[in-house]
Amino acid sequence: MSSRIVITGIGVRAPGASGTKEFWDLLSSGRTATRRISFFDPSPYRSQVAGECDFDPESEGLSAREIRRMDRATQFAVACADDAIVDSGLEVNRLDPHRVGVSLGSAVAASTSLDVEYQILSDAGRRWTVSPEYLSPHMFDYLTPGVMPAELAWRIGAEGPVTMVSNGCTSGLDAVGNAVQVIRDGAADIMLAGATDTPITPIVVACFDAIKATTTYNNDPEHASRPFDASRNGFVLAEGSAMFVLETLEHATNRGAHIYAEVSGYATRSNAYHMTGLKKDGREMAEAIGAALAEARKNPEDLDYINAHGSGTKQNDWHETAALKRSLGLHAYETPVSSIKSMVGHSLGAIGSVEIAASLLAIENNVVPPTANLHEADPECDLDYVPVTARERRVDTVLSVGSGFGGFQSAIVLNRPGGTR
Amino acid sequence: MTTAVVTGLGVVAPNGLGTEDFWKATLDGRDGIGQITRFDPAPYAAKRAGEVLDFDSSEHISVRLLPQTDISTRFALAAADWALVDAEVKPSAHIDYDMSVVTSNAFGGFEFTHRELRKLWSKGPEHVSVYESFAWFYAVNTGQISIRHGMRGPSKALVAEQAGGLDAIGHARRTIRQGVGLVVTGGVDSALDPWGWAAQLSGGRVSATAYQPFDVNASGYIPGEGGAILVVEELAAARRRGTGQVYGAITGYASTFDPAPGSSRPPALRRAIELALADAGLTPTQVDVVFADAAGDSALDLQEAEALSAVFGPSGVPVTAPKALTGRLYSGGGPLDVVAALLSIRDSVIPATANVDEVPADYRIDLVRGEPRYQTVSHALVLARGKWGFNAAIVISALGD
Repeated sequence: MSSRIVITGIGVRAPGASGTKEFWDLLSSGRTATRRISFFDPSPYRSQVAGECDFDPESEGLSAREIRRMDRATQFAVACADDAIVDSGLEVNRLDPHRVGVSLGSAVAASTSLDVEYQILSDAGRRWTVSPEYLSPHMFDYLTPGVMPAELAWRIGAEGPVTMVSNGCTSGLDAVGNAVQVIRDGAADIMLAGATDTPITPIVVACFDAIKATTTYNNDPEHASRPFDASRNGFVLAEGSAMFVLETLEHATNRGAHIYAEVSGYATRSNAYHMTGLKKDGREMAEAIGAALAEARKNPEDLDYINAHGSGTKQNDWHETAALKRSLGLHAYETPVSSIKSMVGHSLGAIGSVEIAASLLAIENNVVPPTANLHEADPECDLDYVPVTARERRVDTVLSVGSGFGGFQSAIVLNRPGGTR
Repeated sequence: MTTAVVTGLGVVAPNGLGTEDFWKATLDGRDGIGQITRFDPAPYAAKRAGEVLDFDSSEHISVRLLPQTDISTRFALAAADWALVDAEVKPSAHIDYDMSVVTSNAFGGFEFTHRELRKLWSKGPEHVSVYESFAWFYAVNTGQISIRHGMRGPSKALVAEQAGGLDAIGHARRTIRQGVGLVVTGGVDSALDPWGWAAQLSGGRVSATAYQPFDVNASGYIPGEGGAILVVEELAAARRRGTGQVYGAITGYASTFDPAPGSSRPPALRRAIELALADAGLTPTQVDVVFADAAGDSALDLQEAEALSAVFGPSGVPVTAPKALTGRLYSGGGPLDVVAALLSIRDSVIPATANVDEVPADYRIDLVRGEPRYQTVSHALVLARGKWGFNAAIVISALGD
């Protein structure tokens, strides 16, 4: 029943990174890719900084029709899916389509297209009743984002279970966790799983402005994302995507595939407390971590690296630090913890998958990526957050955690196959 | 193997608020479809929808929560309350991590977001509500239900257009199998604001006249709003707490996806049906009724009819689509059909499909029409298909001794 599931392909698009190699170069060098928003004039907004991608759909190989049809978030996912498949070495046209599925995460899906279409249809908000004559033929695709995993399924010929997991900002972890469960249930042999979000659009910037969740370091965009630093004042909104190929260990071994890691444990819990607020005690995240470790049959001392949620809001950083101490005891202090959001920002539902990509590459390269912009830690954040500079060390087992609106707290354990020392 | 059973139902449907009102309307053939009242539909090609007209938000939602929630979330919270009351579950008497929430949502808080976008573009970003960040996204109903009832177990929100609601119930069963005692599940949707309406019309399948699934004159579907929330429990756990009522068990589930448009490969609905039956350990002859997806589009209706006759033989099983009375409810559609299937088991009656005058002979299906058909129902198959190719199938069974 507990078949072992591994990841054999990675595709990633993140700020400052148009592929896996650039992504790892960025993270391992500790550079940041956040900047002043250029997609629209950010001056009326409280937070004017974001992690934008220089994404060119044409050079990604998308046709003019596909570009017209797909929301930007879908385009990101498609580009990542193509990379992940190539990286995995799978010949998709030789697979049994019935045994291939898709599990895509996204928090706000087609928010970019919705914002654009709304302005056109409503004459920039002058009317409540919108004009059907200006309606895009693709508006239904933006209304409900089932089309996003559908596009991926069509691309790889998947006819097994296909769905979107939309658990807010833990979607990227939960979509991968869901894929593992689908394979374990026997409903598929191969899953394309990951997440995408491209929320750098006025309505999303405005809704985080409204609750003061995002940073106001508008004059210092490259250093605006400061998880765990005493001076942090909110997260930096970003866009990105990461997709993976998941299959059973047996399937991967039989075809001689390169295995990045085994997904050995996954758990999610809800805090049932507040849609956006977090209690300081970290209780539910700690519970998720404990359950993920138990499923992975790992102990706290087995962890070589903890990829943090580390959003850079005060409440998150306190909550998460408490959760790590609560679940790992003294080992929380001895294990390197870092937040790549310091470099690539917070791409909402996508970031969990982007962080899984970072965790896989940490195992691949035996390097722990740093927390950039961390110069003086908040006194209440007293763990080893790997400030500024990446650290070489043996990395066999990684815990990656996420926390999101709606109260979701998720944890995933990845380890080098056979990597128990 | 654990058995996942349904112990509580909560319904918000255009033709009935609450389970018994909905069921009576369904058996009486009373629809909930009419000219849209929430805005003037004159500029739009289609003007009829399944609106929920008798839901007074202030009766069900606290003054504090009203400004934080879209109408769809208010429906979901009320339906979850009713389902828990129906199941006689007191969440405070359960372990918090032993209760989960798995819902499906196709639109998020769409009308809410329409209002906030309007403020953004007509007045400026500082006018956007502090609640927009969490009233809009697709996880809103899962999050709000978990908070209201202190449910901290593994929870999810799934999106797959009309198929998503059955996927949620399938995932709820998986969650039960993983050891959680109780899952609140189902789906609710609404997008009956002018923009949401226009966006629904852009999908190209909405009828300007009537929803007549499997009829020779099928011209598309009428959209509706609402859905259903269910309490699903592990049977032994439910019995331990002394539940008096078990509507039925979720015995089979499968989901498949159609080949890409233009492919010569066969559509995948038949395979979803076969996988779900195999999962339930049933042969086609054991199924007493099929609650069809009933797209109301002649090509899609024919496809579904062909899948059914391939599995069950020509006119081999009674088929019905009570959703002709409510319109298609997106994520709410599958769960509402599951409610109808459970009540068919309870009352030994199959509701009829309204609005059908003539079924094309080549469909070869036994569509229940006119009057409800009174017969024992032990196993019901519920189907839902989502735009772009989603297929989901669930088998609901009477609980054996």
